[in-house]
Amino acid sequence: MSSQQIPEDNLPVVQETAHGAVEGTADPFADPGLPAHKPRIQDLDERAANRSERAVAFMFVLSMLSTVGFIASYVIFPVDKIVFIWPFGHVSALNFSLGLTLGFALFFIGAGAVHWARTLMSDVEVAAERHPIEAPAEVKAQVLADFKAGAEESAIGRRKLIRTTMFGALALVPLAGVVLLRDLGPLPEKKLRTTMWAKGKLLVNMNTGQPLRPEHVAVGSLTFAKPEGLEDDAHDFLSQIAKAALMIVRIEPDDIKDKRQRDWAHEGIVAFSKICTHVGCPISLYEQQTHHVLCPCHQSTFDLSDGARVIFGPAGHALPQLRIGVNSEGNLEALGDFDEPVGPSFWERG
Amino acid sequence: MSTATTNPPADQAGQRKAPAGERVADWADGRLGIYGLAKANMRKIFPDHWSFMLGEVALYSFIIIILTGVYLTLFFQPSMTEVVYHGPYEPMQGIRMSEAYASTLKISFEVRGGLLVRQIHHWGALIFLAAMFVHMCRVFFTGAFRKPREVNWVFGFLLFVLGMFTGFTGYSLPDDLLSGTGVRFTQGAILSVPIVGTYISMFLFGGEFPGHDFVARFYSIHILLLPGIMLGLLVAHLILVFYHKHTQFAGPGRTNKNVVGMPLLPVYMAKAGGFFFLVFGIIAIISAIATINPIWALGPYRPDQVSTGAQPDWYMGFAEGLVRVMPGWEINFWGHTLNLGVFIPLVLFGLVLSLPAVYPFVESWITGDKREHHILDRPRNAPTRTALGVAWITAYFIGLVGGGNDLWATHFHLSLNAISWFVRIFFFAGPVIAFIVTKRICLGLQRRDRDKVLHGRETGIIKRLPHGEFVEIHEPLSPGQLHTLTAHEQYKPVELGPEVDENGVKRKISPVQKLRAKLSKGYYGENNQIAKPTAEEYKEISEGHGHH
Amino acid sequence: MKKLSARRRHPLAAVVVLLLALAATGGLYAAFAPAGKAQADETAQSLAIDEGKKLYTVGCASCHGTGGQGTTDGPSLVGVGSAAVDFQVGTGRMPAQQPGAQVPKKPVIYTQAEIDQLAAYVASLGAGPITPTDKQVDPAGADVAKGGELFRNNCAQCHNFTGKGGALTKGKYAPDLEGVSPKHIYEAMQTGPQSMPSFPDTTMPEQEKKDIIAYIQTVNGSESASPGGLALGGLGPVSEGLFAWIFGLGALVAVAIWVAAHTAKAKKS
Repeated sequence: MSSQQIPEDNLPVVQETAHGAVEGTADPFADPGLPAHKPRIQDLDERAANRSERAVAFMFVLSMLSTVGFIASYVIFPVDKIVFIWPFGHVSALNFSLGLTLGFALFFIGAGAVHWARTLMSDVEVAAERHPIEAPAEVKAQVLADFKAGAEESAIGRRKLIRTTMFGALALVPLAGVVLLRDLGPLPEKKLRTTMWAKGKLLVNMNTGQPLRPEHVAVGSLTFAKPEGLEDDAHDFLSQIAKAALMIVRIEPDDIKDKRQRDWAHEGIVAFSKICTHVGCPISLYEQQTHHVLCPCHQSTFDLSDGARVIFGPAGHALPQLRIGVNSEGNLEALGDFDEPVGPSFWERG
Repeated sequence: MSTATTNPPADQAGQRKAPAGERVADWADGRLGIYGLAKANMRKIFPDHWSFMLGEVALYSFIIIILTGVYLTLFFQPSMTEVVYHGPYEPMQGIRMSEAYASTLKISFEVRGGLLVRQIHHWGALIFLAAMFVHMCRVFFTGAFRKPREVNWVFGFLLFVLGMFTGFTGYSLPDDLLSGTGVRFTQGAILSVPIVGTYISMFLFGGEFPGHDFVARFYSIHILLLPGIMLGLLVAHLILVFYHKHTQFAGPGRTNKNVVGMPLLPVYMAKAGGFFFLVFGIIAIISAIATINPIWALGPYRPDQVSTGAQPDWYMGFAEGLVRVMPGWEINFWGHTLNLGVFIPLVLFGLVLSLPAVYPFVESWITGDKREHHILDRPRNAPTRTALGVAWITAYFIGLVGGGNDLWATHFHLSLNAISWFVRIFFFAGPVIAFIVTKRICLGLQRRDRDKVLHGRETGIIKRLPHGEFVEIHEPLSPGQLHTLTAHEQYKPVELGPEVDENGVKRKISPVQKLRAKLSKGYYGENNQIAKPTAEEYKEISEGHGHH
Repeated sequence: MKKLSARRRHPLAAVVVLLLALAATGGLYAAFAPAGKAQADETAQSLAIDEGKKLYTVGCASCHGTGGQGTTDGPSLVGVGSAAVDFQVGTGRMPAQQPGAQVPKKPVIYTQAEIDQLAAYVASLGAGPITPTDKQVDPAGADVAKGGELFRNNCAQCHNFTGKGGALTKGKYAPDLEGVSPKHIYEAMQTGPQSMPSFPDTTMPEQEKKDIIAYIQTVNGSESASPGGLALGGLGPVSEGLFAWIFGLGALVAVAIWVAAHTAKAKKS
């Protein structure tokens, strides 16, 4: 709907006659005009003005002293000196002194300038005319005429072939830039579907770096594990641990409600992905009394005694469980990779 | 010899040589045309009101961020190459970390003043965003976004949004455990985007998360791409402010055709220039006394570690809140997964955020008003707009509460789950309540203004009349106050007109027209604004008083 | 005593008195009846157990059962070990004001000697983690940085980066670790009190526990440095955001009001 269709009487009365015409007598709400300027004490009393001048100068001097203090602090305080300053605590002497002196050096320049403006510069209010933003009609007509003349001279309207191919060329050329972005990264392929876990990989305790044994893991305890062979200094350690991190707890087998979970556990020792299925935070706020595990980022809550299904929060599906067993040496080992992608959902997850 | 003899002949011809300053200005004018510029702007008038300075707070904090940011680039290494730390900070000795994190530790503990500059940069960023937020509130609630300033409102809105993302990318650069968790969240959110999510994630991170690229990529986005765009928008924003001239509140002598205030030279040169130093000074003092983002306490990022209380900076808290309270909806179909639990908040975040951007166009469509507006509305005189604004802010802050639900839980001894439910309900109910309450308050204030105009100011002086009656003396308002309180315009709601035209044929009224009429009634209809007193009413009452 | 007299009229008071009477009778009987046999191998340890049992009967049995077997109000104490008692009673969590998933820290009401006796009694019910010695918990010489990494791996998810605490589900929380003694931190890791899982020596050796204690003491003690100034609770962006809004923007708005305000006019005389 265009503005032309609006009935004229729906528009409010224009500003100049905002109060409506009052016949015969003056409008009581009429604009009385700018009030007369009232002088400040500084305008009348030279001594007050001098006091203001001294106050401004004093602030500028304070700023200078603060800058000197800044330089002095920079030279005097060692970078690692910690001092106790109430109520801020044990703070860096250098940061504190540099910050305050710099702050005051700047603040007093501003305070001096503003005080100067407020007390000594003229405070007579001035009215300036506004002019309409829209161009006058003759200017508009001139511009349109010029544009038309220019467009006609270029013959862009007449020679359609030129126009069409030009638009085509301009539309295509950015593709070169888009193509160049291709090597920003590899294609997803199956990368999000697999982790380092594989059949026979030992579960290594993140704390000690030693293989975990069933007797290490007590009921009510919490342990984190990584796959054997993933070392801290590996080039892709972070990307691998981002998928392979494991959370190990032990639950009395009778307390495990989910049958598959019990089957995939070893004597009640269960291994779940530590990566939240919501957006991938490492989830590990394990409450050993309820077997609930909470994500600290968005509070998805999973029940580790019931297949790690979601009982609260924004996560969409249960934490993947890793099937584990014990090898011939009595160490805990994986019996394969996770059977579903770990971490947050994605379109191709299925 | 005497100086007189060396004087140039020009002097003798009565043309004294111009002072040095003037000569420099002449030189510049001959090349840059500065006199033309100065003529228009040197004595430009700015109205005085504290709320007009909120934008300046944002402008100055932006400049402060750029200054300190340049300093930080001198020391920061935007690299994810792993190093083992051997610096002075004891609790990190021998810990593996990225160079980005190590160089941030170095800025904090080895570069003298580095910690201060880092803190100024980060406090400045929080204040920059907060200042833009309140500046936008000021512009919104006073109706300063109306013609001719809609485009400038959009520029300002874009600055706010770009500021959010510049802040986010900068926050992620130190590669500490907290910001890394935020980046992980971003990656998870990207993965939730249907069809292209995994591709975007792989391209953004150069492969699987976290990879070795994102710090360097975020770095060029943070220091070049986004600030570059922002600088351009900022310049355009300021040019438009100068070009449109500042708005002003209604008052005696202040009309839609003038601007009343103090000239740029000297008053606003001193006030606005001085204000820059005040803002910088205050941010420096804050940085001296309060820690921000102590990355040394957080540890380097590892995707298998996390801390409770993982939150983004405040300006992303709204998005965080939406994500936290969303139920975990996930749909699997035809071998695909749609992670609505993340994707809906992502879309909602964009939608809620863009509402303010389109608002000026919606309001001008409803009013059909095509005139320029330079006199500001008092928020009470636009009750529906004010109520909508408060409703939006309510939704925003309820989202913020959701973003910090774990901390509200521990500090107010509440249940995390209860807060999530509160946010789930009040994200929808809160704005409705806020809308109703705000509108009532606005209408009440309008009634009070009306009473004040018609009956004068309550003096608090009680007079006993001869026959024993007590009356309070009402003092009539000055002409200036009378004008100020009645200067606002009141729209009439749009009428759809009769259902049949003059020939008895049923007129076609499109649903869009009906919607517009409905909205217009909601804005300006009966009970949605209080008619301001007319001159007749005033005269009747004031003459009536005379009969006493 | 104040606490006790305040609860005289509690509905359960009669039950408690009855239990006390029963326990006292039973205790007396147990003390005297097998006297002949017990005297022979009486040691300081068994004396402590006896004393502990008396204390237990008075203060703990109502919830944990007369023999520590547990009731609906409190878990079984068989096998929790002396370390658990030392932690729970030594931090004032036990005796609890009311049973529940989250029993908060309170002023300690038993002396350390009484706590040791209680611990000895509970330990006698079944083998469990033993109260650590001072040497075991002494963080001197421990690796603070290693402790930090272990802390971020095992503890920070609930207790925050520097041990300031955080929320758990349904109103439960992980407490702030400031001012908690090394022994109690050690015992908590060993025994897993309340919602907290345990970190037994088999998966987290003694030295690593010491490292963690050293880290907590370095970053979350009363003497911990906060080089940048006020730590704002060490809670991260939420408190920083509040500070920026209230103090940062607040100060700037105050200054803006001063800058824009009209200067006071001279009074007309």
